[in-house]
Amino acid sequence: MHIPDGYLSPATCGLFGAVMIPIWTVASKAVRKTLSVRQVPYLAIGAAFSFVIMMFNVPLPGGSSGHAVGGVLVAILIGPWAACIAVTVALVIQALLFGDGGITALGANCFNMAFVLPFVGYYVYKLISLNSPPGSSRRIIAAGAGAYAGICLAALCAGIEFGLQPLLYHTANGQALYSPYGLNVAVPAMVIGHLLVFGWVEVIVTALVVKYLQKQNSVFFEGDRL
Amino acid sequence: MTLTGKLWTGIGALIILSPLGLILPDHFKAGSAWGEWGVDEIQKMTGYVPQGLQSLSERWKAPLPDYTFQGWEGQDLVHLSFAYIISAVAGIAIIAGVALCIGKVLAKKHE
Repeated sequence: MHIPDGYLSPATCGLFGAVMIPIWTVASKAVRKTLSVRQVPYLAIGAAFSFVIMMFNVPLPGGSSGHAVGGVLVAILIGPWAACIAVTVALVIQALLFGDGGITALGANCFNMAFVLPFVGYYVYKLISLNSPPGSSRRIIAAGAGAYAGICLAALCAGIEFGLQPLLYHTANGQALYSPYGLNVAVPAMVIGHLLVFGWVEVIVTALVVKYLQKQNSVFFEGDRL
Repeated sequence: MTLTGKLWTGIGALIILSPLGLILPDHFKAGSAWGEWGVDEIQKMTGYVPQGLQSLSERWKAPLPDYTFQGWEGQDLVHLSFAYIISAVAGIAIIAGVALCIGKVLAKKHE
């Protein structure tokens, strides 16, 4: 889901950069209000976890490969705004140090993976877990559902961003200027892989860690994390 | 061990296991992620290279491109796995450092 340089037009990149700036501003204000000194190590662990889990490329045999993002788990544990910052840090270092995801596409990649993914995942988790006890298995199911919804919707966003490019930007003879595949190809390609395989990796990882942490320290699952 | 110690240990285990993310796609003959092709791959798939994509892509020369050392693209899986683990360690050291700094700046106002 890491859109490389050149796949999105400069205008698209500028738009998503402009959208992310207020989101990052609100995120840092929200984190300033809610993140206690005690939680700072979890921000670092969350960012490190998201980075390393994205290295586990899972193959669609004979096809493409993909991976989990881990951002929903981070959102459940330290809140979606803190997760937005943690995943953003991972995405920036991936782009700069490893060329994974474009530098011009950072705004779009952060919108998909550091904003849509943790927020959708967190609210689905909240909605399903409601007031269930911190140690309940309902919370594990809620976390899994949130993980699935978050990563699949993020993939849908990436598919739409890819797919709009040839529609908006092409030469007079119809050749694409940036990403070459339209919505009819890009959206199914992005969404189906995540619905069938990569989304389930996100579900399993999220549910397993939530189950483990319920036993270790159920304070993670008490109250609101906003 | 403290809970943060246990979680860092878990991250360490993931670092050691990370070459699976290289070996499994290779074993099942899966290519790169959808939409993350190089210019050559696009040429093969569509018969042309989009002009804008051509001029914008591959301008940034990452120090550890695709989680390996520069010039190591054709190496065997053992070498690539080694580079992958080094990449994971380097990436996590920087990311954890940056996140800790951001966290300290933002969280220092209370407690």
